[in-house]
Amino acid sequence: MTTTVEAMHGGHAGHDAPRDATPPVFHVRDEHAHEAGSTALGFWIYLMSDCLIFAVLFATYGVLGTSYAAGPTPKELFDLPLVALNTAMLLFSSITYGFAMLAMEKGRTAQTQGWLAVTLLFGLAFLGIELYEFAHLIHQGAGPGRSAFLSAFFTLVGTHGLHVTFGSVWLVTLMVQVARRGLIPANRRRLMCLSMFWHFLDVIWIGVFTYVYLMGMLR
Amino acid sequence: MLETLTTFLFGRLSLESFPYHEPILVATFAAVMLGGIALVAALSYFKLWGYLWKEWFTTVDHKRIGIMYMILGLIMLLRGFADAIMMRAQQAIAFNGSEGYLNAHHYDQVFTAHGVIMIFFVAMPLVTGLMNYVVPLQIGARDVSFPFLNNFSFWMTVGGAVLIMISLFVGEFARTGWLAYPPLSGIEASPDVGVDYYIWALQVAGVGTTLSGINLICTIVKMRAPGMTMMKMPVFTWTSLCTNVLIVASFPVLTAVLVLLSLDRYVGTHFFTSDMGGNPMMYVNLIWIWGHPEVYILILPCFGIFSEVTSTFCGKKLFGYTSMVYATVVITILSYLVWLHHFFTMGSGASVNSFFGITTMIISIPTGAKIFNWLFTMYRGRIRFELPMMWTIAFMLTFVIGGMTGVLLAVPPADFVLHNSLFLIAHFHNVIIGGVLFGLFAGIYYWWPKAFGFRLDPFWGKVSFWFWVIGFYVAFMPLYVLGLMGVTRRLRVFEDPSLQIWFQIAAVGAVMIAIGIGAFLVQIAVSVLKRNRYVDVTGDPWDGRTLEWATSSPPPGYNFAFTPVIHDNDAWWDMKKRGYARPLEGYRPIHMPANTGTGVILAGISTALGFALVWHIWWLAALSFIGLLVVAISHTFNYNRDFHIPVEEVVATENERTRLLAGQV
Amino acid sequence: MSTHAHGDHHAHQGHGHGGHGGHGHVDHDHVEGAHGTFGSYMTGFVLSVILTVIPFWLVMTGTLDNTTTTAVILGLAVVQILVHMVYFLHMNGRVEGGWSMLAMIFTIIVVVIMFAGSLWVMYHMNHNMMPGMTTPDMSKLP
Repeated sequence: MTTTVEAMHGGHAGHDAPRDATPPVFHVRDEHAHEAGSTALGFWIYLMSDCLIFAVLFATYGVLGTSYAAGPTPKELFDLPLVALNTAMLLFSSITYGFAMLAMEKGRTAQTQGWLAVTLLFGLAFLGIELYEFAHLIHQGAGPGRSAFLSAFFTLVGTHGLHVTFGSVWLVTLMVQVARRGLIPANRRRLMCLSMFWHFLDVIWIGVFTYVYLMGMLR
Repeated sequence: MLETLTTFLFGRLSLESFPYHEPILVATFAAVMLGGIALVAALSYFKLWGYLWKEWFTTVDHKRIGIMYMILGLIMLLRGFADAIMMRAQQAIAFNGSEGYLNAHHYDQVFTAHGVIMIFFVAMPLVTGLMNYVVPLQIGARDVSFPFLNNFSFWMTVGGAVLIMISLFVGEFARTGWLAYPPLSGIEASPDVGVDYYIWALQVAGVGTTLSGINLICTIVKMRAPGMTMMKMPVFTWTSLCTNVLIVASFPVLTAVLVLLSLDRYVGTHFFTSDMGGNPMMYVNLIWIWGHPEVYILILPCFGIFSEVTSTFCGKKLFGYTSMVYATVVITILSYLVWLHHFFTMGSGASVNSFFGITTMIISIPTGAKIFNWLFTMYRGRIRFELPMMWTIAFMLTFVIGGMTGVLLAVPPADFVLHNSLFLIAHFHNVIIGGVLFGLFAGIYYWWPKAFGFRLDPFWGKVSFWFWVIGFYVAFMPLYVLGLMGVTRRLRVFEDPSLQIWFQIAAVGAVMIAIGIGAFLVQIAVSVLKRNRYVDVTGDPWDGRTLEWATSSPPPGYNFAFTPVIHDNDAWWDMKKRGYARPLEGYRPIHMPANTGTGVILAGISTALGFALVWHIWWLAALSFIGLLVVAISHTFNYNRDFHIPVEEVVATENERTRLLAGQV
Repeated sequence: MSTHAHGDHHAHQGHGHGGHGGHGHVDHDHVEGAHGTFGSYMTGFVLSVILTVIPFWLVMTGTLDNTTTTAVILGLAVVQILVHMVYFLHMNGRVEGGWSMLAMIFTIIVVVIMFAGSLWVMYHMNHNMMPGMTTPDMSKLP
C-alpha cells in the first residue's frame, strides 16, 4: 500500500483529522514556522530563568539578611517613604506600558511612542531614586562591604536596578526601531517581549519591597 | 609613571604571569604553538578560511553547530584527559619521600582544571552537540526555534573553553577544586588570577548553555511535526526536553552564585567571607542546588541514547515507553530535592540529613525502572552487537555498580565515613564515565553515519571499546579500595607505601584509557580514509525507527523536503512498515534562516571581556562591554534574517538522493 | 491509528503560519498570547495600588503587632503578584497551549524548593556549626 497522499496544502483546514477510511498521510507540504512562532514562549522561559537568579539572591538575602556584623540594621537605614515613592514610579511605569501596548494593538504609532516615552521617564525616575538611596547609604558608611546584610541588600536591589537599566536601554532601542519601521510585526513582537520583561520586573519588585524593605523594618 | 602606564594598559598582567619557569608548561606551549601554526598554515594553504567562515563558523544550521559542539568536546577531552593522566602519574610515583614530578602549585591547578574541563567543556558540549544535531531531525523540524541564538550559544561555549586554555599559558588556573569553595576561593586565600579565570570561563560558557537550553525547549515544544503528540515523541527527544528544562532551571543558579563570589573578590562584599557576617556554607549550599541537577543534565540525554540504541539494535519497540517518560520526568523534579547529599558532613543535623538521604535513595527508583525497561527491551529481541549496542551493554553493567555505590553514599552515616575520599571519586567517575561517556560514545557511533554518510570502522571501534571499558575498571576499582581504606581525594604525596600498588594499578588503567582514546582517533582517521567502504546511501544504515533515519545521510540543509506526519512513536519504523514511498515531485522553495557572523563576534568580545576582567585591564573591559552592547543592538536592526532555498536546488538535491537510492537497490 | 493525530492542538499551532508569504509569517493570530483591554489594565492597576498601599501603611503606622503584620504583608504580596500575573502579564492556562503556565508552575516549584530549602538547610547549619554567630543575642555572649 504505497499510498502517499499529499492531501494537505497548508492552511488550518489541513490539520483536521482525516477520515478513518483514508490511507495514512506521511507528510504535509506546509512549512514549519520559524522564530516568530516560538519567540513569546522562548522569552517567557528566559524570564523564568531570570526569576531563578532573583530567587538565589532572595535566598541569599534570607540567609544573610540578619548578619549585620555589628553594623547598621534595616531599621536604621531604610527610608520607607522613599521606597513607597519608588514603588509608585514602577507601578506607574507598568500601567503606562500597558497603555502603550493597547495603543500598539490599535495600530497607533504616535500614541504608542508617547506612552513608551512616559514609561521610560518613570523607569528613569525609579533608577534616579534608587541611585540616590544607594549613594545616601554609602555616604553613611553603609556600603555593600560593610556587612553581609548590606552585601545581600545591595546585590538584590542592585540587580533589579540593573534589569530596569537594561530594560530602559531596550526601550529606547525599540522606540528608535518603531520610529524607523513603524509597528511592523517584528516590532510588535519585540514590544510584547519588552512588555513581559517590564511587568516581570514589577513582580520582582513586589518581592523586594515586601521581603527586604517592609519586613526589614519589622525586625 | 611607566609603572602606572603598564598597569593601566595590562592590569595585573606582566612578564611574570607567563609560566616560563615551568618546563612542563613550556613544552606544552611549544607543542600547542607548533600544532596551531601547522593548522593555520594548512588552512591557509588550502584556502579554507573563507569556506570555514561561511559554511561553518557563521552557520545557523543545527546540524553543523551540533558537529562543531562535538569537535569542541573531543578536543577538550584530550586536554581534560591529559590532566587526568598527569594526576595518575603523580600519585603513582609520589611515595617513599618522593615528591613526584608536579609541585603543589601545579598539581592543584591540574585537578581543578580536570574537573572543570571534563564537566563544562567535554560532557556539556558533547551532550549539547548530540541534542542539537538529533532533536530537530527526530521531531521532523527544519531547524531549531532560534537558529541565530544557537550559533551564539555555541560560540559562547567556545569562549569559555578559550579562556580556560589561555589560563594554561597566561597566568594560572584555580587551585581550589572544581567547585571553588570559599573561603579558599576568596580573595584572601586566592589573590591571584586562577579563580577569576574559573569564574569568567564558566560565566561566558554558562550564558551559552542557558540560551541553548531555552532554544531546545522551544524547539521541542513548538516545532514538532504534525501528529507528534508529547507521548509520541522519541525517548531521546523526551530526555533532551527534560535535560534542557534542568539546564534552564539550574544554570541561572550557577550564574548567580558565581556573581556573588566575584563580587566578594572584586568589590569587597561579604557573602562568603569568614568575617563581617559572610557565610561560606551558603556558597556550598547554592552551588549544589545547581550542581546536582547538572548531574542529571549530563545523564538524561544519555539515557535517551541508550533507549534509542537498545530499541534499534534489538529490533523491538522500546519496552515501557510510558514508564520511561514518567521516570525521566520524575528524575527531573527529584533532582532538585537531593542537593544536600553533597555536603552531609557540613553539619546540618539529623533531620535535614535524613530528609536528603531519603530523597536521594528515592531517585534511584526511576533510574532502576529505566534499567529494567532496557533489559526487557532486549529480552527476546534480535540483538545486533554493533558498536552502539556494545557501549550500551557496557553501560548497563557499569552504571549499576556506580548506582549502587551511590545509594551507599546516600546513607548519611556511611557518607560520614566515605565523604571526600577516593571512594567518592570512584563513584562519580563510575557513573559519569560508565553513564555519560559510554552513552556519548554509543550516540556518536549511532549517529555518525547520519551526520557523515558513512559508518565508523568497526575494528578500531572495538579496540577503543575494550581498552576504554577494561581501562575504566582497572583505573577506578582500585580507587574504591583506596577510598574504603580512608585515602582522601586531591592528595599529591603519600606516606603509606602499602597504598602505592593500588595507585600504580590505577595508572595502568589510565594508560589503557589513553590507548582507547587513541584508538578512537585512529578509528576516525581510518574511517574517513576508507569511507567508500563504509558508505551508506540509504540514510538508514541501522534499520532505524525514528524520523532522523527517514532523510538522507548527511541530511540536506532543510532536513526534510516535506514535513513528515507522525502516527506512531517509532515514526520511521511505522512509515517503513506501511510501505511509505518517498515523494518524488511537488517540491517547493524552502524558507530558511540566513547565516550570520554576529554570534562569533559577540562571543569573541565576551571572551575579551572575560580576559580583561581576569587581569583587571579596565579599559579593555569597558571597551568590550560597550562593544557587546553596540553589536547586540545593531544586530536587532537587521530585519532580514532569512531566505528561501530555491525550488531548483531542492529538486536537484532530492533527485540526487533518488538516484543514489535507486543505485542501492 | 492515524485518525486522531491531526487533532492535536500543537500541530495546529505550530503550523498556523505557513511560510508562504516571505516575512509575513507573523500574522496577528495571537502568537504572543492574549492581550489586555483598557479595563483589565485599570483593574490591575487599581488592585495593585491598593495592595501596595496597605502593607506600607501597616508597617509605617505599626497598627498590628509584628508577627501579624509579617503574615499579612506576605499574603498581600502573593495576592499582588497574582494580580500582576493576570492583569499585566496576561497569564492564563491557554497562553501558548498551556506551556507558559506549565513553565511558570515548574519555576515556582523550583523557587520554593530553593528558597525554603536554603533557609531550612542554612538555619540548621548555623545552629549546629556556628552557635551564637547569627543569633541576635550575640552581644550577650561572653
